[in-house]
Amino acid sequence: MDPLRQPPSPCSPRPSSPRTQSCEMLGYVGIEAVLDQLKIKAMKMGFEFNIMVVGQSGLGKSTMVNTLFKSKMWKSTLPGLGVPTPKTLQLQSVTHVIEEKGVKLKLTVTDTPGFGDQINNDKCWDPILGYINEQYERYLQEEILITRQRHIPDTRVHCCVYFVPPTGHCLRPLDIEFLQRLCQTVNVVPVIARADSLTIEEREAFRRRIQHNLRTHCIEVYPQKCFDEDINDRILNSKIRERIPFAVVGADREHLVNGRCVLGRKTKWGIIEVENMAHCEFPLLRDLLIRTHLQDLKDITHNIHYENYRVFRLNKSHVLPRGPGWVNLAPGPAPSPASPQATPRTMKVCRWTQDNSDDEC
Amino acid sequence: MPLVARGSRALAERSRKGGAGEASRSRSPSSSQCWQTAPRRSWSRSRDGRGRWETVCECWGLAIPVRCAFGAGNEDLRNLSLSGHVGFDSLPDQLVNKSTSQGFCFNILCVGETGIGKSTLMDTLFNTKFENDPATHNEPGVRLKARSYELQESNVRLKLTIVDTVGFGDQINKDDSYKPIVEYIDAQFEAYLQEELKIKRSLFNYHDTRIHACLYFIAPTGHSLKSLDLVTMKKLDSKVNIIPIIAKADTIAKNELHKFKSKIMSELVSNGVQIYQFPTDEETVAEINATMSVSPQVHLPFAVVGSTEEVKIGNKMAKARQYPWGVVQVENENHCDFVKLREMLIRVNMEDLREQTHTRHYELYRRCKLEEMGFKDTDPDSKPFSLQETYEAKRNEFLGELQKKEEEMRQMFVMRVKEKEAELKEAEKELHEKFDLLKRTHQEEKKKVEDKKKELEEEVNNFQKKKAAAQLLQSQAQQAGAQQTKKDKDKKNFFFM
Repeated sequence: MDPLRQPPSPCSPRPSSPRTQSCEMLGYVGIEAVLDQLKIKAMKMGFEFNIMVVGQSGLGKSTMVNTLFKSKMWKSTLPGLGVPTPKTLQLQSVTHVIEEKGVKLKLTVTDTPGFGDQINNDKCWDPILGYINEQYERYLQEEILITRQRHIPDTRVHCCVYFVPPTGHCLRPLDIEFLQRLCQTVNVVPVIARADSLTIEEREAFRRRIQHNLRTHCIEVYPQKCFDEDINDRILNSKIRERIPFAVVGADREHLVNGRCVLGRKTKWGIIEVENMAHCEFPLLRDLLIRTHLQDLKDITHNIHYENYRVFRLNKSHVLPRGPGWVNLAPGPAPSPASPQATPRTMKVCRWTQDNSDDEC
Repeated sequence: MPLVARGSRALAERSRKGGAGEASRSRSPSSSQCWQTAPRRSWSRSRDGRGRWETVCECWGLAIPVRCAFGAGNEDLRNLSLSGHVGFDSLPDQLVNKSTSQGFCFNILCVGETGIGKSTLMDTLFNTKFENDPATHNEPGVRLKARSYELQESNVRLKLTIVDTVGFGDQINKDDSYKPIVEYIDAQFEAYLQEELKIKRSLFNYHDTRIHACLYFIAPTGHSLKSLDLVTMKKLDSKVNIIPIIAKADTIAKNELHKFKSKIMSELVSNGVQIYQFPTDEETVAEINATMSVSPQVHLPFAVVGSTEEVKIGNKMAKARQYPWGVVQVENENHCDFVKLREMLIRVNMEDLREQTHTRHYELYRRCKLEEMGFKDTDPDSKPFSLQETYEAKRNEFLGELQKKEEEMRQMFVMRVKEKEAELKEAEKELHEKFDLLKRTHQEEKKKVEDKKKELEEEVNNFQKKKAAAQLLQSQAQQAGAQQTKKDKDKKNFFFM
């Protein structure tokens, strides 16, 4: 953190009350010890992170998760080994507790086998949206109890990684539909899966085309431009936005290259090293998701997406039924999944807006 | 033993050392409170044969089983071993960076008599001079004065609010002294609750004004607590973290101090006053306590001396109070417990104080307030009641009431209008009658006048006739007279001739 922070801009989240005077301290008091107290408390409580991977089967989702967290989260399914493709979309979640240097992380990975695999993929995003909204609903129900728990367990999906098949052309209609709907409810990070089937030039061209598509259809993927807090964030995030979607390759086997043991895919024409920036952009994805922006993902989910959901739910609660059937946000076929998503677009709560009357982002 | 040098950095080092080398050994999370969940009151959960919770997410009639391995109980959580460095050990740093950019809030309430040294102690604690005029003793009642300051130390911004009780203990009748304090604390909780219950809320932007710590200043009588102190502390202990301190501790001798402290603590315990318990279950704090060689609990209440003036001691300046018989150094542990107070309040437990306020005192307030408003978690049939349903019901009730009132008012209005109309009609009728009467009278009068006029005219005519007749007679008489005189004249003239 640079001590020369910019003065609070109108967009900054720090409200300054006119009664506050700034005081000079003449000696060391020890206020900065609160940072360490925070750290200790956080490490004692542990962290939670929920990630969802969406994509067609065979794109390497499970392998990617294993590579990201360097452990066998899932058994990567090899096709043709008698595991039937599910007829309908099923969501599978698995939770693990991983620990590194005293930091405990409770990681939940939700997989979506069967997505986009049917012949008619109409509305295949609805179960996913339903699952995401169910997690929000669960959190909301816990939050509005009279006797609340000390720490509400957070099962909301913080990040959704969307795997784009490496066709090399552009986004397919299914991708566009899905991304449009999901970007309003959850943080979506699109990646180009199995990028080892594209050369570097093809990769760049594909990426440009995808970015163009995203811009045309007004799809805001993470990191969203409207949530940048200050100039530092904006610079950092624009660099990331330049490279979205990352072209990634997943691998969970280790091979010997030049005497080092690296994770990679071995082919007849060479070994693709996963962690080599020249080969693929997996390190960028890993850094974005884990090393630098994890807390930011959680914050945006909590402060923006969850609040949007809450506003919608509290306003429309006389319309929605209760109980497990509540997920059925679709009263009718056509505008249904669009309606809870379309309205929050206009009702988006911005991070820096302080008054409750204006709703523009 | 300079505790000033040790402190926060030591804590962090110890924690880091304790955590490393445990990447493979998984500590069972049952010791921490984070994974403990109360039995979930949710819709369709059932344990299948393997003991895993299954949620059924019903979409469009299809039951889509979401097999989740997390849930109540720790038996399902699998601890994975990592085969390489993933990198999420930077998570605490990410969290801290986020919090730093937002800044921290800390609110202290100082309760004590006028002149006991509250402002001086605050100045000494935070090493700065807050603008403060000393209060007079003539206050009619207790009022609270809150002032906010922004302090910055390296990259940490702290928004400190100090609330003072002005006029505490000055009145003759001190029955209601505690009331303004309790009301103020409740008002801050209420403001937070209102913000939390709003539909469109912005909690991450909210300037938290809830009191995190209450420093209760005990007068150094040397005997025991005053009854005002007991009563006030008893009222405040469920609402705020109370830290009792003995003010102006340089007026008490060492041996008396020890007796005084134990007397105070025993009185507090026997009266059931719950003061803030410094957390001793954390290893890091326990280690600090070990270095202090006695736990902070033994030292409570802290006997402090505040001073902003510096006195030359040895070859450096230190904060102290100069007396003819010696110099009381504020930061000397043998002289007073100021260093311990600062350590406990700011350097070790600030975050814990904030957390206790939020999770214990605020939750208690919220629970009471919501129950008072009539919300329940389960209704008599033990079906889960949702806040929304109750809110809906209340809203409908309220709307119904409003409608009824509106109806009533409308009816009353209609009735009044009718009455007024009737009145007006009556008045109109009366007016008409009057008018008719007047008209008739007028006509009668007119007729009378006409009659009279006629009579008058007749009389005038008669008179004229009479007058004419009289004139005629007169003229005849005159003529006759004139002829007679003429004859006479002629006769006379004849005779003369």
